[in-house]
Amino acid sequence: MTATAQQIEEARKRWQAEHFSAKHLDVATTDSGLDVDILYTPANLEQTDYLQAIGFPGEYPFTRGVYASMYRGRLWTMRQYAGFGTAEESNARYKLLLSQGQTGLSVAFDLPTQLGYDSDNPLARQDVGRVGVAVDTVRDVEALFDGIALDRVSTNLTINSPAAILLAMYLVVGEKQGIAIEELRGTVQNDILKEYLARKTYIFPPQPSLRLTADVIAFCSERMPYFNPISITGYHTREAGANAIQEGAYTMSAAIAYTREVLARGIDVDSFARQLSFHFSTSRDFFEEIAKIRACRRLWARIMRDTFGAKDPNSLKMRFFNGGNGSWLTAREPLNNIVRATLQCLAGVLAGAQACHVPAYDEAYAIPSEDSARLSLRTQQIVAYESGVTRTVDPLGGSFYVESLTDRIEEKIKQLIDQIDDQGGLIASIERGEPQREILAQAYETQKRVSTGQSVIVGVNVFADEGEAQPIELQEPDPSVAERQIVRLNQIRAQRDDEAVQQALARLRSAAASEENIMPSTIAAVRACASIGEMVGAMEEVFGRYKEPADV
Amino acid sequence: MQPIRVLIAKPGLDGHDRGAKVVARALRDAGMEVIYTGLFQSVAAIVKTAIEDDVDVIGLSILSGTHVPLTRDLMQTLQESGVVDKMVVVGGSIPPRDIPLLTEMGVRKVFPVGTPLQDIVESLQREVLDKH
Repeated sequence: MTATAQQIEEARKRWQAEHFSAKHLDVATTDSGLDVDILYTPANLEQTDYLQAIGFPGEYPFTRGVYASMYRGRLWTMRQYAGFGTAEESNARYKLLLSQGQTGLSVAFDLPTQLGYDSDNPLARQDVGRVGVAVDTVRDVEALFDGIALDRVSTNLTINSPAAILLAMYLVVGEKQGIAIEELRGTVQNDILKEYLARKTYIFPPQPSLRLTADVIAFCSERMPYFNPISITGYHTREAGANAIQEGAYTMSAAIAYTREVLARGIDVDSFARQLSFHFSTSRDFFEEIAKIRACRRLWARIMRDTFGAKDPNSLKMRFFNGGNGSWLTAREPLNNIVRATLQCLAGVLAGAQACHVPAYDEAYAIPSEDSARLSLRTQQIVAYESGVTRTVDPLGGSFYVESLTDRIEEKIKQLIDQIDDQGGLIASIERGEPQREILAQAYETQKRVSTGQSVIVGVNVFADEGEAQPIELQEPDPSVAERQIVRLNQIRAQRDDEAVQQALARLRSAAASEENIMPSTIAAVRACASIGEMVGAMEEVFGRYKEPADV
Repeated sequence: MQPIRVLIAKPGLDGHDRGAKVVARALRDAGMEVIYTGLFQSVAAIVKTAIEDDVDVIGLSILSGTHVPLTRDLMQTLQESGVVDKMVVVGGSIPPRDIPLLTEMGVRKVFPVGTPLQDIVESLQREVLDKH
């Protein structure tokens, strides 16, 4: 006879009394403030029904992973976020990473592109090609993917407000490569709500933005079956200061808001839900990050099935791209970041990621150099091919601690989702500025804890070496980028058919003003070689430009 | 004594505002009067606000790698506007190699990411006191 939960709990109490006096048992908490016991036993899982709550990978409620064979069947996609300068320089970086064994791409666009300004806009000048690649017209995207087969390599387009435009450019380039739109694989981030929460590359106000997001989802569900029309993202709320519970809840709440928006058009849930994808961050509390993602996977399956009535098992699967958290990487002793990033990557893998990005060790200084980008990829490869963690599915499943933490964080996330829902949903909360204030309060709290040493950062507030900082090679910005990009833009403007461009922009404007899906007229404008600034300008005439209140 | 008045400014297209807002709160908690510009400000607008609100300190927060040209623009615009009484500090993702460039332009202090809040507070208190 095996021991009952009660016997185990009594034995645990005896063990505790024998080995510890009260002073040994200071309260410990996770980074998001959940209490942590010194030891977990089967008694912690007494209430957990294995088949109901944990189950099998690839089966409801997907706690242990969305696919049955997980990494035994196929490794996660190694997808380093990259892009800088002009399309040619970024193309060279992509080819380098692919030649080193990277298996997918994640395109970083520069800020003018993300905010809908052409490279020759006076507001854009200093930012052209700095934190991502400069794109003005479809010709840039063509050069960006020159020699990269879009049916072989899946690409994540990290673009939000102008997502429809970049998706249109991507599929026009695919067409030029001879790839049918139905065959294209990849993801467009297209998650506008987290832009207001955290990332701040919004262009239009929330309501018209949400409509554009839903237009892209509706278009892809009809025409692009292998393409993810959205990556619902907690990564940036986390970078902005949210804790794991807030990250989980805001992400789930955003996913609920998008689903409702698409359903309101009379589209069946099972015709688009399988294409919704997610993006999380793994920060420094190793087990809490894993528990957060397992909890979200279970929550999403339940929300999809019970709230939205999805029937197709694929609609219930929370597939996600994991990124290591950059905000805990340090400027001091930057090589320590390699170790931090390895742990973040391992957490993402143990949580069952479908794709991973590992931040570069020089993140606190600059965009990644060739060496630091390669090292991030090597980190993924070492975890994948050397550590042995891929041999069995969900190796942490059944851990007394991890399962218990998964249950508790799920409950906390659920409470916050319900609270947001009771107050009118995430969009209304964003419009009132509530989650923004919560995230800032958390960021300030975190910073104070670092300042007082309550939150330890090795090499910064403990074991700090007072000597000179270690010099590292950094990516040098190229001052000629803006000029070269503007020359190219002017050439394209001189060559194209102006009348066709004006007609296409007029059509785009009228589509924006109507309820018509924005994609067909966007594709037409892209084909006419209209620039991003022109297309966004046409939409802006209808939607206006959003300005957030400057609260601190 | 009048409290120190600080303008925290986000020039250019960089949307990373965590640092700017956290520092703004820390300065306010230390008794300073803090004005935050909000995102996407032109250098001209920042200078205008600094003059109108009669601040002692302009703090630029830049994490998009554009700190050198944007700070140069700001220093030039201040000079052209005949503003000589404002102390300029810069924070953000600033590589060590760029710190001398910024101080040569007349920036009083550079606070790279990871600078403890207390150091920023004390540094401003000390520098502004020296100036008066």
